[in-house]
Amino acid sequence: MLAAKPIKLINEDGLRVDGRKPNELRPLKLEVGVLDKADGSAYVEQGKNKILVAVYGPREAHPRHMGLPDRAVLRCRYHMAPFSTEERRSPAPSRRDIELSKVIREALEPAVISEMYPRTTIDVFIEVLQSDGGTRCAGITGASLALADAGIPMKDLVVACAAGKVDGKIVVDLCDLEDKYGEADLPIALMPAFNALTLIQMDGLLTLNEFYEALNMAKEACKIIYERQKQALKSKYYQIKELIETEGEK
Amino acid sequence: MSSTPNLTPITKIERKNLIELLNNGKRLDGRGLTDYRSFTIEKNVIEKANGSAQIKLGKTKVMVGIKVEVGEPFSDTPDEGVLMVNAELVPLASPTFEPGPPDENAIELARVVDRGLRESKALDLKKLCIKEGEKVFIVFVDIYVLDYDGNLIDASAMAALTALLTAKIKAYEIKNGELIYKNEFIPLPIQNYPIPVTFVKINNTLLVDPSIEEERVMDARLTLTIDKDGKICAIQKGGLKELTLNEIEKAVNIAVEKSSENRNKILEALNWEEQKR
Repeated sequence: MLAAKPIKLINEDGLRVDGRKPNELRPLKLEVGVLDKADGSAYVEQGKNKILVAVYGPREAHPRHMGLPDRAVLRCRYHMAPFSTEERRSPAPSRRDIELSKVIREALEPAVISEMYPRTTIDVFIEVLQSDGGTRCAGITGASLALADAGIPMKDLVVACAAGKVDGKIVVDLCDLEDKYGEADLPIALMPAFNALTLIQMDGLLTLNEFYEALNMAKEACKIIYERQKQALKSKYYQIKELIETEGEK
Repeated sequence: MSSTPNLTPITKIERKNLIELLNNGKRLDGRGLTDYRSFTIEKNVIEKANGSAQIKLGKTKVMVGIKVEVGEPFSDTPDEGVLMVNAELVPLASPTFEPGPPDENAIELARVVDRGLRESKALDLKKLCIKEGEKVFIVFVDIYVLDYDGNLIDASAMAALTALLTAKIKAYEIKNGELIYKNEFIPLPIQNYPIPVTFVKINNTLLVDPSIEEERVMDARLTLTIDKDGKICAIQKGGLKELTLNEIEKAVNIAVEKSSENRNKILEALNWEEQKR
């Protein structure tokens, strides 16, 4: 069943459908190294979004003519599981999936130092297990963690978040209902160390002032998630350190 | 799966020449950084289509055909007509285009044009409903790239808008939910005129309406679609490198100005009665 449009997306107290303030993020869980076979992996929960990302590579390009002589080929697949949405979706890649795979790849390209691995491919697989709005952003946040987990040299982590307009108000990190029934959605991806945007898309209608307000809000949200990304990467190694220490005591 | 493209190589001397010119604010074809190539749009080039247009933007040629059919609405919008945008990078348009189903570039092109039209509500889809939940008009916008010399997004979107503005469907009335055609033609319900402005960034310089050479050496690409009221209705970034916030701000200002220039050119050429709006 499709969720019906709520009468109000923002109530009298200025709170949103899920009780958040306009500039409040959804609960976020980031984990690194969650898959055994992948060279790098990450798991992201943002609101009801559940997303797994795996990175394989750098590995020899196959077939070999696919490789580039001066850099690694970055390959990216964004895919939504058939059971990830209200109504079952076909497992075949949709036009949306194909576009998103492209923009997500282009969001990661500026960060990866691909010149270090000529004639290889680096594969990024993003699997959306449950979708709750903002999956491309959560996918990018997870993908850069998985790349880092695979030990691939990067200029910076890439972190993504959307802002948008809902019931006339600019809000951050839109959930499914807000995305569907809101007036505008502006997803961005950022390399915070360089203050550089690696993805920016928008659909909806925004005046120039609203656009800059939303852009700023999304940017601030990215900086918060960026700190969480660094924590997630470190915590994997704290766990390993503890494991080694307890092993050593035996 | 989306892969890093293996771009058509460009000689070092060409690249160097292009970048040195840009550093002095000049371009290979003598244009300024914010100048469009001159464009002409021919309308009603295909009699069998409900609407059609062919744009020549420099040497880029794109044809757009509109076909209107009757069909079922989507279940989440039972009282609205359907807008479908598709793009074909026809193999005769470039040595790099290959036959086969649309690749990611064709899909991106169609979806960026679609987003501009849809989000600005250029077509009043509510007026294309015949019987709620059962019968609506489906408007197919088919973008056909005939000669590729750069900036397909702007060329396609301007041709698509012109084709929609000139499209005619048979006048009709609805009796007991049945569709009865009359012997005259009416235009489609158009209420907004979104115009995209595409930039590329080369070596920290932003320029509009990239030629094919400029697209080959570009670091990043940015499209801003602006509606008739100067609001932003769609954005798409592409390319392998990043953009700074300053560059975005600069692009927004240029896009508002350029989109209004191009919109006026198109509407004036069509003698559009609402051009003063």
